[in-house]
Amino acid sequence: MLYFLEQCLNGVQLGMLLFLVAAGLTLIFGIMDLVNLAHGSLYMLGAYFAATFAALTDSFVLGAVLGLLATLVVGMAVEVIAMRRLYGRDHLDHVLGTFGLLLFFNELVRLIWGPAGMTLSLPPALLTAVEILPGVYYPLYRAVIIAVALIVAVSLYVLIMRTRVGMLIRAGASNREMVSALGINIKLLYTFVFGLGAALAGLAGLMQAPILTVQIGMGENILILAFVVIIIGGIGSIRGAFVASIFAGLVDTLGRAFLPDLLRLFLSSDAASTAAPALSSMLIYVLMAAVLVLRPGGLFPAAGR
Amino acid sequence: MKPHFTLRNAFVAALVGFLLALPLYTGLSGNSFLLTLFTRIVILALAATSLNLIMGYGGMVSFGHAAYLGIGGYVVGILAYEGISSGFVQWPLAILISALFALGIGALSLRTRGVYFIMITLAFAQMVYYVAVALSRYGADDGLTISRRSQFAGLVDLSNRTVFYYLCLALLLGTIYLIWRLVNSRFGMVIRGARSNERRMRSIGFPTFRYRLVCFVIAGALCGLAGALLANFTNFISPAMMHWTRSGDLIVMVVLGGMGSVFGPTIGAVALLVLEETLPFVIGRLGFPFFGDAALRAAEYWQIVLGPMLLAIVLFARGGIYGLLTRAERG
Repeated sequence: MLYFLEQCLNGVQLGMLLFLVAAGLTLIFGIMDLVNLAHGSLYMLGAYFAATFAALTDSFVLGAVLGLLATLVVGMAVEVIAMRRLYGRDHLDHVLGTFGLLLFFNELVRLIWGPAGMTLSLPPALLTAVEILPGVYYPLYRAVIIAVALIVAVSLYVLIMRTRVGMLIRAGASNREMVSALGINIKLLYTFVFGLGAALAGLAGLMQAPILTVQIGMGENILILAFVVIIIGGIGSIRGAFVASIFAGLVDTLGRAFLPDLLRLFLSSDAASTAAPALSSMLIYVLMAAVLVLRPGGLFPAAGR
Repeated sequence: MKPHFTLRNAFVAALVGFLLALPLYTGLSGNSFLLTLFTRIVILALAATSLNLIMGYGGMVSFGHAAYLGIGGYVVGILAYEGISSGFVQWPLAILISALFALGIGALSLRTRGVYFIMITLAFAQMVYYVAVALSRYGADDGLTISRRSQFAGLVDLSNRTVFYYLCLALLLGTIYLIWRLVNSRFGMVIRGARSNERRMRSIGFPTFRYRLVCFVIAGALCGLAGALLANFTNFISPAMMHWTRSGDLIVMVVLGGMGSVFGPTIGAVALLVLEETLPFVIGRLGFPFFGDAALRAAEYWQIVLGPMLLAIVLFARGGIYGLLTRAERG
């Protein structure tokens, strides 16, 4: 039972990281109508920047903050140099162009930081465990990830639903020409949104960094998972991304933890140990296929789409 | 009547002539590397040609086409491992099983449109990928070496490099002819009609879903054949055959060459893979007088040039190489 609870929390934690990546992706998709395969590269860059700055400044927090800022700057630069020219094009053009960017960033990272991965170590204060229930301990850092992502989710909601900038973003999503006719600098707004998405991806990357190693291609797996999440949630819907992220995180983590034992009830232990890893890796894709077949627009289709 | 002698036709004829004559050159000069490279190019061109059928003519952008490459390859590899090395069994089975997978995947995926379609095909390809990773009997992650290429009862000897190359080339040209006939038939008209206006096609009375599904299955089957060739070529199968970036490569080939033209994917495959082979060399040679050793080191990181190049092609060269030729003709 305790093991189950711990796995549930791990699932929520994975879901929260997925949400940070998926929120940026779905924002960019929903507002600029851009499919961005290079989003995972920004996740990777966030981790590399944070690891580098943390090594330079000898401080985890300072490294994380500087890494986040650097990712934001890179994201905005990418938007101004490349992405801006892709708006209004066919989705196939987006896939191809950003696929090219993804190759570029992977090689750039290899050129700058070398092929070996990096590590980002946590300060001792974060290495402890917290008592979440009497007698039940959970690693503090994973709890911090959940908390940070929750704060981000709430701030994002407030930003988009309750502020003037958010109103402009929503207006820009539904009618670009009208907003710019009213005297709003829509280009700047788009650059801001893209930078925001990049920063969210970078934040996810640098928070994940101490748990896994920082390496080339680390963004690609989570990118595909994030795409699965926004498809399940409904493209362009942040609420959908949030629900689908947690759902996907739980399904993936619990599947990996309990599927082998579950299968052993029905199959011989030999067959179960072969089938379980495949099935648990596939589970999230099966979920997506099922959602798409039953509801081709995702769980929470964004209005007007 | 359309003129037969155009820049495009001359270019395609030159390319086909080059591909046909290549073994003569490599045989005389003894440069077997070139023949190996072009065998790979021809096989991947076959896969890209099959993708073009659904992407270029049917408007179905599949981001999981490499899955059939893997399925075809695994059918050959698994049969060879289990002791059945007859090509008369292996190859038809590779095509059939790829077609069955395409039938299942297509039946579910074709209910969606646009980006949803791109992503659901990717998801199915990932599922197939993870199944291959879990096949511990057949090497799982590490893959499986095929000790014996497909046997054709002494009729065709695949271990002879030149024979194998010509077989692949013949299959490629045959496939291109098949697709050319297909897209200009009544069936092809329906597929192309459904791409431009599906609702209208339906209201005329065509069951477009069935047409599109059949088209999807044909593409999957042809790509399965390419997979069988690829497994024989490398003597090796592994999940990496159907990694999602391979699907991306196939899309790049189709778009680079020119979508919706029968020879486009072949042009794209030749262009992309020759670029991959020569870029490191070119960067090193061109940069050496200016940057010295730094250029040689940069040559290792050739993808740093390839990536922005792809972006530039998307931005400035719509219709790919074939489209550029068309525009050059019109002046």
